[in-house]
Amino acid sequence: MPTKTVAGVTVDVNDEGFFTDPSQWTEEMAPELAREEGIDSLTDPHWTVIRFMRKEQAEKGTGPTVRGLGKTSGVTVKELYQLFPKGPAKIAARVSGIPKPRGCI
Amino acid sequence: MAHRIIILGAGTGGTLTANRLRREYGTDEATITVVDQDDQHVYQPGLLFVPFGLTRADDIVRPRHEQLHDGIGYHQSPIDRVDLDADTVHLGDGAELGYDLLVVATGAALVPEETEGLTGPGWGETVNTFYTLDGAKGLEQSLAHFEGGRLVINIVDMPIKCPVAPLEFAFLADWFFQDRKMRDRVEITYVTPLDAAFTKPVAAARLGGMLEERGIELVTEFNTGEVDGTGGRLVSYDEREVPFDLAVIIPLHGGQPYVGRSPGLGDELDFVPTDPNTLQTAARPNIFALGDATNVPASKAGSVTHFEGEVLVGNIVRFLAGETLDGSYDGHANCFIETGFGKAMLIDFNYDQEPVPGHFPSTVGMPLLKESRLNHLGKLMFQWFYWHALLPGRDIPGVGADMPTAGKQLS
Ligand SMILES: Cc1cc2nc3c(=O)[nH]c(=O)nc-3n(C[C@H](O)[C@H](O)[C@H](O)COP(=O)(O)OP(=O)(O)OC[C@H]3O[C@@H](n4cnc5c(N)ncnc54)[C@H](O)[C@@H]3O)c2cc1C
Repeated sequence: MPTKTVAGVTVDVNDEGFFTDPSQWTEEMAPELAREEGIDSLTDPHWTVIRFMRKEQAEKGTGPTVRGLGKTSGVTVKELYQLFPKGPAKIAARVSGIPKPRGCI
Repeated sequence: MAHRIIILGAGTGGTLTANRLRREYGTDEATITVVDQDDQHVYQPGLLFVPFGLTRADDIVRPRHEQLHDGIGYHQSPIDRVDLDADTVHLGDGAELGYDLLVVATGAALVPEETEGLTGPGWGETVNTFYTLDGAKGLEQSLAHFEGGRLVINIVDMPIKCPVAPLEFAFLADWFFQDRKMRDRVEITYVTPLDAAFTKPVAAARLGGMLEERGIELVTEFNTGEVDGTGGRLVSYDEREVPFDLAVIIPLHGGQPYVGRSPGLGDELDFVPTDPNTLQTAARPNIFALGDATNVPASKAGSVTHFEGEVLVGNIVRFLAGETLDGSYDGHANCFIETGFGKAMLIDFNYDQEPVPGHFPSTVGMPLLKESRLNHLGKLMFQWFYWHALLPGRDIPGVGADMPTAGKQLS
């Protein structure tokens, strides 16, 4: 299984760069993961989404779809695309250190 | 005392479940009541053919109650909500139905109003859908009078019913305009949120190739944020645009609104979380679900609903007898893909096995993932099977709930 080093720590990822074990993620890793996705700084709304992604993963075993995020995270779909351009569900999943959401095929 | 069984929805899943259960139980052993809001059962696969004048709208509609066997109660009313703690369904006409066992078979709802602009100017005219009977009839007019220009077919987002139907629409549109000797005046564009023509890799490559052969442009990873009927353009959330003269839209799907009004029953999209193998809901042990209403990771298709029905009824019988559930659904789906010019393809797959080439149901039979006339006849025959075998709840000889592997080219 591939690994990569984030914030000085080695973590397991799949071949698309998604974490395979969410428990290896820490908040300190998020800024570096975000920069890899072209997001220079994480604002409060980014963190709202990241925490929501982590919670959904923990409760349901998969991250939400963009529509699910838009309905329940308190951030609209339009804003999600501004925060995480080019596919919020996937990008936010990478930054939040959770596996690829099952909904995004 | 007789078991009180209530079935919500008299579409594909509700009807076949009621008819199968009636055969399992004598009238003194169980009362079976089915609830639906209207008495028009639409053969939904036929909606694809209406816009092209290949089927008349009237020919795909039959009364719902006539599809239910003797000894099944039919209660026509909108469902308002389910009270899970009181085992009671509240109906729009004020009736309250208590149950020992509940089956949710209310399908998926179209929610076009969730997409900005979609139900605004042009809706029903230059912006339409074949996913409803009225929409399909409207498109028949639009296509008959289309003088040329840009035809765009767009899936707003997954999940949708019958994920191959929009591709079939594109293939038939290519045939339709060739047949009318005006294909050179029509640009056809297929716009999808997926990263390819279809969800499963092998089939996606084949179907993508077929779009290309037909000169149909494929736009991928397009997440429609707005449909501008006045300006004639689709706008994605990341601000790409696709212009159109006629837009055929597959609107967002959700579960039914009453699910949202029934605390504990559904998820954030009002689909009902359901065990993918036993078809028991996560909500309560005495609530089962099948068809488009569930969140199981199978295609939302009539064939899936049919195979689920076989397993679901076995498990209901076990549950009411106090036995453990052991029936297991494998996600089997079987879909004909109409490709135009009197031909069709067939795909057969389940949760673990994606569609591959070969033959169905065994080493001899219908070709898989390959265009043929035989498959087109299969697609037409499916309508007969639907009314005469699938809804009555009969097993189709040689085609069972478990996906066959004999004829498949497995790597
Ligand atoms: C254009 C199109 C093409 C298709 N082609 C194919 C195909 O080729 N092959 C295939 O296998 N499948 C196809 N399908 C999919 C197939 O039709 C569905 O998957 C199938 O009908 C699902 O059955 P169901 O019982 O879950 O839902 P439905 O058959 O839709 O039944 C749901 C029922 O619940 C009722 N209901 C909902 N809410 C309420 C309420 N609040 N109160 C009262 N009643 C309510 C509705 O009136 C409806 O009768 C197609 C679908 C479409 C739209």
